[in-house]
Amino acid sequence: MPEIRSYTMNFGPQHPSAHGVLRLVLEMEGEVVVRADPHIGLLHRGTEKLAESKPYNQSIGYMDRLDYVSMLSNEHGYVRALEALAGLAVPERAQYIRVLFDEITRILNHLLWIGAHALDIGAMSMFLYAFREREDLMDCYEAVSGARLHASYYRPGGVYRDLPDQMPQYQPSRWTSEKQAKQRNAAREGSLLDFIEDFTQRFPGCVDEYETLLTDNRIWKQRTVGIGVVSPERAVALGFSGPMLRGSGVAWDLRRTQPYAAYAALDFEIPVGQQGDCYDRYLVRVAEMRESNRIMRQCVDWLRAHPGPVLAQAPGLTPPDRETMKTDMEAMINHFKLFSEGYCLPEGEVYTAVEHPKGEFGVYLLSDGANKPYRLKIRAPGFPHLAALDEMARGHLLADVVAIIGTQDIVFGEIDR
Amino acid sequence: MQAEFATAVQAVVGARGSVVAGVDGLSLSLEASVWPEVAVALRDAPGCALGQLVDLCGVDFATFGAGEWPVDVADVGFGRGVVEKDLIQDPLPPLRGDSPLAGGASLSPSQGERFGPVSGGASGDLEGRFAVVYHLLSLALNVRLRVRVGCALVDGLPTVGSVVGVWPCANWYEREAFDLFGIVFTGHPDLRRILTDYGFVGHPLRKDFPLSGHVEVRYDPQARRVVYVPVTVAPRVLVPRVVR
Repeated sequence: MPEIRSYTMNFGPQHPSAHGVLRLVLEMEGEVVVRADPHIGLLHRGTEKLAESKPYNQSIGYMDRLDYVSMLSNEHGYVRALEALAGLAVPERAQYIRVLFDEITRILNHLLWIGAHALDIGAMSMFLYAFREREDLMDCYEAVSGARLHASYYRPGGVYRDLPDQMPQYQPSRWTSEKQAKQRNAAREGSLLDFIEDFTQRFPGCVDEYETLLTDNRIWKQRTVGIGVVSPERAVALGFSGPMLRGSGVAWDLRRTQPYAAYAALDFEIPVGQQGDCYDRYLVRVAEMRESNRIMRQCVDWLRAHPGPVLAQAPGLTPPDRETMKTDMEAMINHFKLFSEGYCLPEGEVYTAVEHPKGEFGVYLLSDGANKPYRLKIRAPGFPHLAALDEMARGHLLADVVAIIGTQDIVFGEIDR
Repeated sequence: MQAEFATAVQAVVGARGSVVAGVDGLSLSLEASVWPEVAVALRDAPGCALGQLVDLCGVDFATFGAGEWPVDVADVGFGRGVVEKDLIQDPLPPLRGDSPLAGGASLSPSQGERFGPVSGGASGDLEGRFAVVYHLLSLALNVRLRVRVGCALVDGLPTVGSVVGVWPCANWYEREAFDLFGIVFTGHPDLRRILTDYGFVGHPLRKDFPLSGHVEVRYDPQARRVVYVPVTVAPRVLVPRVVR
């Protein structure tokens, strides 16, 4: 019998399946993983330390850069903490806009996940399909904020501005003929809400396409069924949240159990898995995309029927409108103070959480009464997930480690912070 | 629901701490000596059932309530781009006595000692400076609880008992708090640094650690390797920290 030597192997930090900069030290016995030791921190930028050195509102932009594929969900977690501590009420229209963009973000995140996960496992074409729809959703980001990724659109007290009446359009150029431009602009003639409505009508068909490629695909099932199984009790103990928890059969979703924004008034289902393996988590996320689409449609209908303010009027905490600022001295002073010194929040501590596409994104804010946070702790959903990689990967083959990293939906921006 | 839960938590904790209602739910302040036992009870008691550790966060209270610009006098200005005041080296206004945080279990040492120079690492200066904040969640009862445990000083190091045996996901969270604050978790199976670089010196989220750090990295063409050199970024404060 040939002697099998165990050895240690480095996976990453520069590896296409490491989803960024994961260095994984694997102890192998033949092709079987005996122990996995993830080394993280290669993308550590000290977001929490930086936030301590600047006024509250200046850290909103940093939130986008945490989980850089679900930007606005991160911002939502942060501004909710500020609002809770300041006791600031958010106008209902702003709540619906936030829900709309949180769900757009969820689809954005799940599309990147499905593309990257399938690519890791060897299904190249999925990536191209997923990015086709991501393009439309990033155009929605661009329409409201001017930025396709790092939007900085939410503010304590609401959102920066109301939804635009026009969509940005393609212009004919050297690379885009007049005919092509016209074709691409077909859905962009109306307002942003028209564009999103058009998207919600198209999107279920797109999800069907993804499912045609993967759900009954023999290779896909061989690579995911029975891989990385986590029992419901273990998932809770390991600190799992979001699709990782629901894939194990625990029907826990903060949008339903601890509703925030406008979720209490909306109709949606919470998909759960049964086996707790990679395939179930795939099914859960695909079903979530369909549910997000439903929520988006309800938000569009509500927003069409209910015009109104999108930012609370709270002198000192939110900027006064331009008109008032030019005629009212108080408003001018408030504006100057807000954008130079910021605002002081009362002494105290608060923890707020949102249902981020990856799980529970929490922000713990400790204030000593100053205009900067005394301590800001970001609870990233991916952190406990990656911590459980060792347990999930033990006894699996090396190729399955890639499937498990993919199913955890790892993004290093939030894990390393 | 919330009231029943508060009663159940208070019954578990007994005289070791008291449950306080905050903006976002219930909080509890404890001393390090009772911590791991209370954690087990909070997880197992049927009225609490706090099965999930959601978050673990270290806090350094060294400069709590201190501003960089006195706001009650009119003749002192604040210039931009100034050298950052070392908040810990300079005498600071003491922590306000009426502060709810000052009244915590072991977080209110004699205030005179509190803001002395830290660099020497004398044990008296670290006394009561660090705390660990746990956020617990019960999926069965749909309630949350925040527990703040003040660190005890053992051999000159802020120390808390590890809860890895109670909630397995505490493993990485405790490594993170150790890395960023230098809080030692006794009983942790593998207390290594996690977020900072290999061979990193210091604990970056402590209040006496400068924002720009101590060293920077660059490629040295002569030595043909990456070298660590003292940081060249001048520390400055763009917006002063004010407490109003």
